[in-house]
Amino acid sequence: MADKDGQIHDHITPLEVAEVELYHATSFWTKYIFSQDAKVIAIQYSIVATLIGFVALALSSLIRLQLGFPDLFDFMTPETYYQFVTMHGMIMVVYLLTALFLGGFGNYLIPLMIGARDMVFPYVNMLSFWIYFLAVIVLCISFFVPGGPTGAGWTLYPPQAILSGTPGGTGAGIILMLLSLMLFIIGFTMGGLNYVVTVLQGRTRGMTMMRLPLTIWGIFTATVLALLAFPALFVATVMMLFDRALGTSFFMPSLVEFGDHLSYGGGSPILFQHLFWFFGHPEVYIVALPAFGIVSDLISVNARKNIFGYRMMVWAIVLIGGLSFIVWAHHMYVSGMHPYFGFFFATTTLIIAVPTAIKVYNWVLTLWKADIHLTTPMLFSLGFIVTFVNGGLTGLFLGNVIVDIPLSDTMFVVAHFHMVMGVAPLLVVLGAIYHWYPKMTGRMLNDTLGKFHFWVTFVGAYLIFFPMHYVGLVGVPRRYFELGDAAFIPESVATLNSFISVAAFAVGFAQIVFLYNLIWSIRNGKESGGNPWRATTLEWQTPQTPPGHGNFGDELPIVYRWPYDYSVPGASADFTAQNDPSPRVDAKTTL
Amino acid sequence: MTTVLLFLFLIWSVSIWWLSKQRLASKPWLESGRELTVKRVDGAQFLKPKVGLIVLLAIIGMFFALLISANFMRQELHDWRQVPLPNITWLNTELLIMSSLSLQFALVIARRNRDSSFPQAGAEVTKPTSSRYIKIGLGLACFTSLGFLVGQLMAWAELSNSGFNLTGNPANSFFYMLTGIHGLHILGGLVVLGRTIQGAWVEMPREQLLQRVNLCAIYWHFLLLIWVALLIVMLGWAHDPFISAHH
Repeated sequence: MADKDGQIHDHITPLEVAEVELYHATSFWTKYIFSQDAKVIAIQYSIVATLIGFVALALSSLIRLQLGFPDLFDFMTPETYYQFVTMHGMIMVVYLLTALFLGGFGNYLIPLMIGARDMVFPYVNMLSFWIYFLAVIVLCISFFVPGGPTGAGWTLYPPQAILSGTPGGTGAGIILMLLSLMLFIIGFTMGGLNYVVTVLQGRTRGMTMMRLPLTIWGIFTATVLALLAFPALFVATVMMLFDRALGTSFFMPSLVEFGDHLSYGGGSPILFQHLFWFFGHPEVYIVALPAFGIVSDLISVNARKNIFGYRMMVWAIVLIGGLSFIVWAHHMYVSGMHPYFGFFFATTTLIIAVPTAIKVYNWVLTLWKADIHLTTPMLFSLGFIVTFVNGGLTGLFLGNVIVDIPLSDTMFVVAHFHMVMGVAPLLVVLGAIYHWYPKMTGRMLNDTLGKFHFWVTFVGAYLIFFPMHYVGLVGVPRRYFELGDAAFIPESVATLNSFISVAAFAVGFAQIVFLYNLIWSIRNGKESGGNPWRATTLEWQTPQTPPGHGNFGDELPIVYRWPYDYSVPGASADFTAQNDPSPRVDAKTTL
Repeated sequence: MTTVLLFLFLIWSVSIWWLSKQRLASKPWLESGRELTVKRVDGAQFLKPKVGLIVLLAIIGMFFALLISANFMRQELHDWRQVPLPNITWLNTELLIMSSLSLQFALVIARRNRDSSFPQAGAEVTKPTSSRYIKIGLGLACFTSLGFLVGQLMAWAELSNSGFNLTGNPANSFFYMLTGIHGLHILGGLVVLGRTIQGAWVEMPREQLLQRVNLCAIYWHFLLLIWVALLIVMLGWAHDPFISAHH
């Protein structure tokens, strides 16, 4: 089609991006502490998330100590065990994975990959980090208040979450947990608003939506999901806070506790479950979609081949995002629901397998006959595909009502979600850190330590979670502090539990090696240059490494091609950068 | 959860409409090395805050849709006793409508002022209206909104004096929570409105002032819409068809 000037444009006209006035920091404080530069904010997010993540890792070691070697320590009472389980889950899901993927990678990669100088609202972006930081502080304070943190489980189900039988239920623990979550959501909303508007309005010339790297598609869609799903958690926390602090009965039914009639009455615990899982299920995809996107890019770079089925990949991300909002009640099969509802939610749950399988096939087909470089990021990516498939398959078990009911609340569920939303996205996080660390610091991470880190983490994760499926299948319930002498539990369970714990300690140790590698390589790593992986996307084409303030020097890059021009037949190099204006070599034959 | 799903459906529809314009069926791998024509968008720098506000309104809308969903689920249980709305609520509603209208008035004047400083080709050049009218519109919006908030507090006082306290009945709890959260959103808007009024006072550039007035007006209209929805819920006029059928 031709417009009135006679120019041919069969493209969506990209947005005219005016040069933005950047805020220029002058002092150390505004440059590195209260910084408005997305790259600094990204690193702040990543550091805080990693540190609190190590707290959660330590908690998981304590949990495993109790399960593998019961009653080893005096301080490990049932109460502390529940508190550790709760905090481990909450930190890992919300304060580590969500914050790291969106606050960390989102902040760092969105402006660089779409060719922008910064986020569109830098000041709000800064506030976002500091409110997140405050949320983490409030969370940490709850460890030190009388009664300790809440032990209600990461789902915080009422009525038990705010009753005296639950650790932290009548003390400050649960209140601080709810306040911390509210802060987190407010902070995240500020950041998320930025990520979405930046992708919509901040793209450089030539960067159409269909030329975005899949990393950005993943982060963008996940942010949209998070912005729409977190309000549900917010509503749930507000109402629970009312119940706990002001004595309302939104969620609290009539109760008799130790012979006393409580003043609560008539509230509906199921209402909380609906609200919680309306957030909780999209949350799985808030973590998974950025991982899908990032892993697509890592595979394409390291296979020196364009991603197979780019369009399908984009559609699948969008479709998964849409579907993730209508499956929440599959977490509530045992709460008692109309059989037709169970049928509906089982169907939608299983339908998600279709776009997800498309993605898996496309990753595998990208590897087909590719020039595979087994770098550390690539190892993590391959590890992700295998782990995601394994974790996803047990999801088919649990998505069916009739199979879920006997498996519900067993260690099988624990093994399933750790595989699919714990280990799999974390492998991508780690691979992505190995991949982008050179851009952030100008130096490579140590490769030998990296390979060691990968193999121990990957093999270790399987040694932990494969046996755990079995433990669940023989009927061991989750959340039990001690199994005691229950007749239905075979002796092998105790042996396996010790074995799993030992494997868990090994994996935990590997993460400390990784932490050491991160710190050691800042000064001692091999110099990487600007584009060590010979990648096409814009962040590797910056004039400085690490990129300076404003990212791209004097001129913003103009985008001439999609991000996957690897090994194009007839091209002079095996990759062509997105801002390279040279025409496609075989354009005549293919058009 | 019907309400929230309906709202979500609305958001999905808008998203699909937008995506449909992004050439999702194109083959980007065949377009390497091709220039793209660039269309100038006037006032692109003013588009970002507007898009930001629209995304924010989607989130706030989701928030209230969830609260309303929760209200619907709870109100079907047998112990629900609808709160009789205090009469002052109707006065408050009028104040909120007036405040929305005042902002619309300020917006119309600000837009006319902008057009007179950048006359379109062929259009009749009009004299700029004194920016005093913008100030009057903004000030009126501020006063009526504050009046609304005071009125809401009086409604709370009236209710609790007649024995409808927060914990008495789930309907009471929902009433206080819904009105409280809505009030907080008005309060947040007032902070921004205050900054806009300050901008009008120091005679900031017309284009910039127009932008701010525009954002305030959109936000106020949206909160008015939410308030009407909340009124319908709090009057007990609406039910969730799925849950009602169940009982």
